[in-house]
Amino acid sequence: MSDSPVLDVEGLAVTIGTRRGPARAVAGVDWSVQAGQTLALVGESGSGKSMSVLAATGLAPRTARVTGRVRLLGTDLTEVSPERRRRLRGRHVGFVFQDPMTSLNPVLTVGRQVSEAGEEHLGLTRRAARARAVELLDLVGIPSAAQRVDAYPHQFSGGMRQRVVIAMALACEPDLLIADEPTTALDVTTQAQIVELVADLQHRLGTAVVWITHDLGVVAGIADTVAVMYAGRIVEQGPVDAVFAHPAHPYTVALLAARPDPAARGADLVTIPGAPPSPWELPTGCAFFPRCPVRGDARCEHELPPLVPVSGRHQVRTFYPQATDGEDR
Amino acid sequence: MSETTGRSSEGQLRRTLSALRHDPLAFTGSAVLVLLVVVGVAGTWLAPAGVNEVDVDRMLQAPSWAHPFGTDELGRDVLSRVMIAARVSLQVGLVSVGIALTVGTTLGLLAGYYRGWLDNVLMRCMDVLFAFPVLLLAVAIVAVLGPGLLTATIAVGVVYTPIFARVTRAGVLSVREQVFVRAAISIGASDLRIMRRHVLPNIAAPLIVQTSLSLAFAILSEAALSFLGLGVQPPEPAWGRMLYDGRGFVTEAWWLGVFPGAAIFLTVLAFNLVGDALRDVLDPRQLTVSEARRSST
Repeated sequence: MSDSPVLDVEGLAVTIGTRRGPARAVAGVDWSVQAGQTLALVGESGSGKSMSVLAATGLAPRTARVTGRVRLLGTDLTEVSPERRRRLRGRHVGFVFQDPMTSLNPVLTVGRQVSEAGEEHLGLTRRAARARAVELLDLVGIPSAAQRVDAYPHQFSGGMRQRVVIAMALACEPDLLIADEPTTALDVTTQAQIVELVADLQHRLGTAVVWITHDLGVVAGIADTVAVMYAGRIVEQGPVDAVFAHPAHPYTVALLAARPDPAARGADLVTIPGAPPSPWELPTGCAFFPRCPVRGDARCEHELPPLVPVSGRHQVRTFYPQATDGEDR
Repeated sequence: MSETTGRSSEGQLRRTLSALRHDPLAFTGSAVLVLLVVVGVAGTWLAPAGVNEVDVDRMLQAPSWAHPFGTDELGRDVLSRVMIAARVSLQVGLVSVGIALTVGTTLGLLAGYYRGWLDNVLMRCMDVLFAFPVLLLAVAIVAVLGPGLLTATIAVGVVYTPIFARVTRAGVLSVREQVFVRAAISIGASDLRIMRRHVLPNIAAPLIVQTSLSLAFAILSEAALSFLGLGVQPPEPAWGRMLYDGRGFVTEAWWLGVFPGAAIFLTVLAFNLVGDALRDVLDPRQLTVSEARRSST
């Protein structure tokens, strides 16, 4: 299993029917993640990073039309029945959502929620499920788990709740953990603890992780591979060291430059002028063209650049790859 | 996030009971309801006389120590009849609201959870039912099914189904967008499980309030049906029926109308008082004057 990817996405496109007409949320992406590896999907809000993962696992909204091929442990999810997809997802994929304040049911004890997936997919009895819940809460570092298992979500702090959510996601020992901006709603110290916890659990359980984020610091710390998304497409992807050291797409270069620099205290923060294109009217050419500092030629405006290799597995979607170096992590 | 602002089911039960004890109106309402249930269950044994003990020598007697509520045109003890009729009222109220709650909640859950055409079909049907005046619809249903205790119960149940469907659907629409429902979907929980375990418990509060308020209206509707001769059939006593029988003597025997009428009035009032108190406790968004006053002091 070490060679074949846990989740393999090919040519995935998502179009969402809205009152204003079809919106192209994801315009064809390919990525895959291996067991024990971490893929970081990076991009600003609306770049399609969350949607591509939700659609891949069959959680896209009902109004969405999803095309492309998605293989989970070798099974093509687009060809199986919704019922089988539900079972496969529940059994093999765990999700951690952004806001731990709302991702727990306020009227159920955390134990019941953590054990839910086990009851549903592993056929555990109530008693066994409860014991398993204590085990899982202990695993994610909740102190005196045996007592806390009967507590309600409001009796936990934000960081502790996110640990509970992670315990829920791990209930069936998933092969893949999807973390959708799990640290965004937490304060900085707690963020670091959660990142560390996931990294530690991944190391111990050999789980593949897809980490959706816009925090480049987190990406540098935990990811093996990074895919930068812009306007529903991957504009640059590759091993995290290569992408951070030699960003080749003007957008990636700008993103990395926009990180706050502790050395430049007091200076204005660097921004990327303009806004991403509307998903209702994606341009035919490079989507970044209107904001691009390079703006090569007319080809950029009218022709979609292909994803081309820079070096090894490092790929970029631009006609004008930037030759950069010295960018530290 | 302090512990007091959250709601655990245990704390909620305690708060509910404490609110019922400390609010004088709610306390009175609960006391009346308890009394009513006792009388309803044990009325036959508690009543001083039989329900149909005719005594033609003592017709239309004014209230006295022997007959505190007086006697009717056949010499039957009105107190005994009012007490025994309590069971019919409670029974029709509970069973019909039970029907409305079960059917309405199920339909509302399905409509709100699945949306789409199912939602449209179900809720338009509910709108049609809702468009009729309560009593007119109940009379129409009884007219089709034939008068009697059972059909009156069904009729009242059908009449109050749409309100439960609407209350449920409104709750489901907001709860199903919550992240914890998405989380449940993501771990592959079945629709049934999500509805039962994640959605329903989160909309229990408005349903409980609606149930207690609907009980009052259901009992009133039953009385109206009985008054029209479409509910319980004589000689079985019912408050509405007693009002009807007494209306011919209203000038000479006021007690025939006043006591069954008072029974209906007190029952409806008690359910409303308790319902309001429950709303205060379970639905903090609807802070009423009494609670605002209490929390400000």
